[in-house]
Amino acid sequence: MKTLFKRPESLTDVATHYCPGCTHGIAHRLIAEVVDELGLRERTVGIAPVGCSVLAFNYFNMDFQQAAHGRAPALATGIKRARPDLICFTYQGDGDLASIGMAEIIHAANRGEKFTVVFINNAVYGMTGGQMAPTTMPGQVTTTSPKGRDVSDVGYPVRMCELLASLRTPGFVERVAVHTPHQVVKARRVLKTAFELQRDNKCFTFVEVLSTCPTNWGLTPFEATKWLQEHMVPYYPVQNFKKSEEPAAAEPAKEA
Amino acid sequence: MEKVLMKGNEAIAESAIRAGGLVYFCYPLTPQSEVAEYLSRRMPEVGGAYLQAESEVAVSNMVYGAAGAGARAWTTSSSPGISLMEEGISYIAGSELPAVFVNIVRAGPGLGGILPSQGDYFQAVKGGGHGDYRCLVLAPSSVQEAVDMMPLAFDRADRYRNPVMVVGDGMIGQMMEPVEFKDWKFPPLPPKDWATTGAKGRRPNIVNSLYLNPAIEEDLNVRLAAKYEKMRREEVRFEEYNTDKPYRVLLVAYGTTARICKTAIAQLAEQGITAALLRPITLFPFPDAKVLELGRKAEFLLSVEMSMGQMVEDVRYAMGHEKPVHFFGRAGGIVPSPEEVVTAVKSRLEGSKS
Repeated sequence: MKTLFKRPESLTDVATHYCPGCTHGIAHRLIAEVVDELGLRERTVGIAPVGCSVLAFNYFNMDFQQAAHGRAPALATGIKRARPDLICFTYQGDGDLASIGMAEIIHAANRGEKFTVVFINNAVYGMTGGQMAPTTMPGQVTTTSPKGRDVSDVGYPVRMCELLASLRTPGFVERVAVHTPHQVVKARRVLKTAFELQRDNKCFTFVEVLSTCPTNWGLTPFEATKWLQEHMVPYYPVQNFKKSEEPAAAEPAKEA
Repeated sequence: MEKVLMKGNEAIAESAIRAGGLVYFCYPLTPQSEVAEYLSRRMPEVGGAYLQAESEVAVSNMVYGAAGAGARAWTTSSSPGISLMEEGISYIAGSELPAVFVNIVRAGPGLGGILPSQGDYFQAVKGGGHGDYRCLVLAPSSVQEAVDMMPLAFDRADRYRNPVMVVGDGMIGQMMEPVEFKDWKFPPLPPKDWATTGAKGRRPNIVNSLYLNPAIEEDLNVRLAAKYEKMRREEVRFEEYNTDKPYRVLLVAYGTTARICKTAIAQLAEQGITAALLRPITLFPFPDAKVLELGRKAEFLLSVEMSMGQMVEDVRYAMGHEKPVHFFGRAGGIVPSPEEVVTAVKSRLEGSKS
């Protein structure tokens, strides 16, 4: 009998605590499949953030460290500098990465640290109960923006891929989505490229995943996918922002 | 091995390398930046990892990551930087990881000043960051002692799986003294079978300090408390000076201040006043029993510090109501002179007569 579908070895056989319709489960599975496919599980260390995915270490069947809020790139830097032979990825939400962890992500990217960042952007603080995030859409109602995000008061949402791609060093920056089967297949391919680049010690790799949060958006899972397509995709274009085959350090330094 | 003349900060750096502290992260801050400057040159020579980070917050979390992966990771900073590092130190304590933090203390609070101080005593010995934890705290009073402490700090960090803090005031970091790098031998350490080195042929290792179940979190707190009790039993270090003959006054001082007190004791002797010194070498665990034992033989105790009075609280706690415990300190980066200590002793002696 031929096996068509099974749990990746890189996932543990437990039920997650994620809400129905949340796309964390898809992102977890895609990472696990890619790590399995590349045969990296036994030398991979994941970094769990603070946020809904704080318990990711229970769901991935590999070594894991749990980071303080926003500091996952600092932990990953510490690990890779001490043990360049290990494969390391951080798994961070938008409150974690784009707010409290802004300094850590920018500088890790700018140093060209050889790890992979999986950035889950669902435009809201999930675990704390749906507060406004740096990525919350203009006009979007959250528990701390009850009249909708007022851009004249708190500015426009931060576009992390665009921000990081403006730096010279980072080698691979791409935004994906997982709200349609087609996007899921594409996202898997992008994650695989990111882990391959890390495996080959090429460059800093950053994959943003547009994600749904039906619970905090107050929508059904299906409505949430529609909301993401209609509101997030136009502002957060799903595309590659940077792809270099060579390590950034190999570029000749030619300053004007 | 022959002695070499070195600045405290550079000697600490070299000693750490020789002790296998080969993963170092830093952020420049006076008066400890020479450690980073020295290691930026030296680490590549010895195949270690050196990185200047974006902030002290990042530094402590890089140390956390590297320590979790099994490295002998460490950093140095000074007071305002240590405040920022307390996040990582708390996580390191909560995840039961070994790491060494050196604090070359400067005056505070706030940005304070760059001159020597002992104003971070509370922060160092009472936890420092959030949560129910402590660091093992070592306080050198000479460059040689700082050099000798680095191998001990790394060993004890590994042995207890707990952060160790070396607290030196700016004098220790900046002064030049002849030092000798000795070969220290410690009993074998257990393997780091908890480190995140890749789950090859074993179950995954998880480095974590999150316990949503209160019973499990309490188990951690109880385990940590047992660790600190063991330190209280086995790690207390101190120096006694002039305690082998009768004395009227017991000075209690650590670090550079203790050296000043030794000069003050000689000056007091010339004036016919007998005094002795107890110098805590470990600030946590604090030598409570020794304070009580030696304090009982004196008319009173005087805690001398470069602060407005921090360690004195622990001296009083140790002494109870048995003998008066007085305080003398200078702050703001001003180092007390031996003459000032003599005057402080004499004024208390006169006060106790009336």
